[in-house]
Amino acid sequence: MRKLFDIIAGNAVPAIFIIISAFAIPLSGYSASYLIQELLTRIGRNSFLILSLLIPIMAGMGLNFGMVLGAMAGQIGLLFVSDWGVVGIPGMVLAMLLGTPIAIILGIFCGNILNRAKGREMVTSYILGFFINGVYQLFVLYLMGWVIPVTNPSLLLSRGYGVRNAVSLLGIRGVLDNLIPTIVAGADRAKNFINMQGSGTFMALQIPCFDGEVRIPLATFLLIALFCVFIIWFRKTKLGQDMRAIGQDQSVADSAGIAVNRTRVIAIVISTVLACIGQVIYLQNMGTLNTYNSHDQTGMFSIAALLIGGASVSKASITNVFVGVILFHLMFIVAPVAGKNLIGDAQIGEYFRVFVSYGIIAIALVLHAWKRNREAEASRRSLRGNSNANREGE
Amino acid sequence: MIKNFIAKAGWPRIIIGLFLLSLFIAAPFVGVRVDTSLSNTLVRFGMNGVMVLAMIPMVQAGCGLNFGLPLGIIAGLLGATLSIEFNDKILALVLECVAKYNLAFMNEQFVIAHREAIGFASAMIIAVPIAAILGWFYGKLLNRVKGDEMMIATYVGFSSVSFMCIAWLLLPYKHPTMVWGYAGQGLRTTISVEGYWLHVLSDSLAINLNEHLYIPTGMLIFFAVMAILVWIFMKTKTGTAITAVGSNPDFARASGVNVDKMRTISVVLSTVLGAIGIIVYEQSFGFIQLYMGPFYMALPAVASVLLGGASVNKAGIVNVIVGTFLFQGILTMTPSVINSVLQTDMSEVIRLIVSNGMILYALTRRVRNGR
Repeated sequence: MRKLFDIIAGNAVPAIFIIISAFAIPLSGYSASYLIQELLTRIGRNSFLILSLLIPIMAGMGLNFGMVLGAMAGQIGLLFVSDWGVVGIPGMVLAMLLGTPIAIILGIFCGNILNRAKGREMVTSYILGFFINGVYQLFVLYLMGWVIPVTNPSLLLSRGYGVRNAVSLLGIRGVLDNLIPTIVAGADRAKNFINMQGSGTFMALQIPCFDGEVRIPLATFLLIALFCVFIIWFRKTKLGQDMRAIGQDQSVADSAGIAVNRTRVIAIVISTVLACIGQVIYLQNMGTLNTYNSHDQTGMFSIAALLIGGASVSKASITNVFVGVILFHLMFIVAPVAGKNLIGDAQIGEYFRVFVSYGIIAIALVLHAWKRNREAEASRRSLRGNSNANREGE
Repeated sequence: MIKNFIAKAGWPRIIIGLFLLSLFIAAPFVGVRVDTSLSNTLVRFGMNGVMVLAMIPMVQAGCGLNFGLPLGIIAGLLGATLSIEFNDKILALVLECVAKYNLAFMNEQFVIAHREAIGFASAMIIAVPIAAILGWFYGKLLNRVKGDEMMIATYVGFSSVSFMCIAWLLLPYKHPTMVWGYAGQGLRTTISVEGYWLHVLSDSLAINLNEHLYIPTGMLIFFAVMAILVWIFMKTKTGTAITAVGSNPDFARASGVNVDKMRTISVVLSTVLGAIGIIVYEQSFGFIQLYMGPFYMALPAVASVLLGGASVNKAGIVNVIVGTFLFQGILTMTPSVINSVLQTDMSEVIRLIVSNGMILYALTRRVRNGR
């Protein structure tokens, strides 16, 4: 009985979202193929970013709100690449390579700050995101084009320095998604498609009883799968085991001879670098870079998606990532239209999904802290042993 | 002696203070009037002071920095909008009472002449109980999540703001100055308080020395009164108990203090001060900002009190006054002075770096009882 309750309580959040979606999808009136297409695009776009959160959670550092640091590093890489006009896959790889050292430096900085703020890593990394955002703006808005040479004038504001608000990433738009073009379609349509395009260029799959066509960003998915394998492998390495030990109990890990602070810094560095790569993947799908806003919501949306997938502050798995990204983005797609069809105002659906994102993070944090405090209380009570039982008997 | 002063004031305040001083010294050379800047700083000080004051009770009770200030702000916004919605009815009610009880000093003319003040007071009277109720629940929540208050407060603030975004659209407000003209429903994003209680506090007893130097005496007095009230409260038995809970909860409990109750009181007080603070802010600013308006309002208040020398578990009135003055001074001076020097608007970036840098500094300071 107790076990059953635990299972239900442990999966309450995903269950609620499945119920919300079950009502909202028919209300939105979207077709299945549209929804599947949107979902596949969004899974490809966001999964990598969300996966980058797993390692700090493993090391007991909570949700890494500092992942926006990595996102900013990736954006700086992309800015240089679009300035130099490197296009295609080389451009994307170059952007990642340029962003990585910045992400490593930021990660080391972030890790050391968090080591000074043990016990409140989350709020510190959250504020750190704002702080580095200020530095990022200083860099992009004032130094680029002034101290740091920018040759492409279309990138700059009309005053001659500082990057424009919207930067087109046309050169690398969708290069990874379309690297291995794949289309899944109903039987009739697929035939048409093959005839039209020539069978060599597209990998086309036919599925009976399905009309409509869905493009799959196969290369992106392969990259994500590779990364999942990396995480599974990483957990088994010495470093991964150290992190898990630290996540269990820092002082015990310390007595066992694990360099706690150093390992925590490494966890954050890995997370920041992965977030940097993830942001490049995200933006190659979007095709435009909002210089001053793109990274803003990265952290919030990724964290909300992970929590919706049933993760908690101290425990998260790869399954949580994919369940979360599907449920969160399903709501993201259907909420505005459902709101419009239900109440006649798309704005309400818009606000609703913002409310859900924040609300879910709040609830997850509350549940985690509540559980932790209750466990602490219970363990204290068990130490008291009999005297307590006597007192309660009085 | 200098060493002593530095130790007491702390390096961050000295650096920021010197920076502000140099901005004031540099101002005349770049064509910025010092007296205008000073009045602007004072106005902003009065506008934000009460909201910064709202940090004290929670910090003292060990609940950390109140990143959940938006919750109090929402109560204030409800009070403000309701006071405008029912402005006529409230005035009619007051007139009725005056006629009924036949008070000597309050006659009809008096009420009509002070209708703005009555509107302002009604906003407060509506907002305070709402804030108290919200604060009570908020306090109960924070009692269950000891150790994680700040992060949860942040997200309680965020989710309540986004929840109210839906509510502002759906609540049946009808007043024509507040709802969207074409739809006839749903509150506007910004609502002017002109004609209701614009500058009620700021302009009462205001001193206009010349056209550049303006002192919003009424607002400053209001802040002083609130500050003194908080100071007195912190000296009472309850206030002392709150401080005791903040310094050492186990010790406080051993001395017979109800820890959870004291924490709840402090959260309620903080939320109520937030509600009052936003109404003071609006009467000076001239507009009620709804929807995402209150979203980031906690950060400047948190940064101010930390800039004033508070830490995550200790804050006093002096911290509030010094911090608000320094923070608002920098906000006033950097756009005007730095822009004249560099010909660009760097104020936003400086604000981001200074305020969040300050919060980071406070969070990473090694303090006793770190959690």
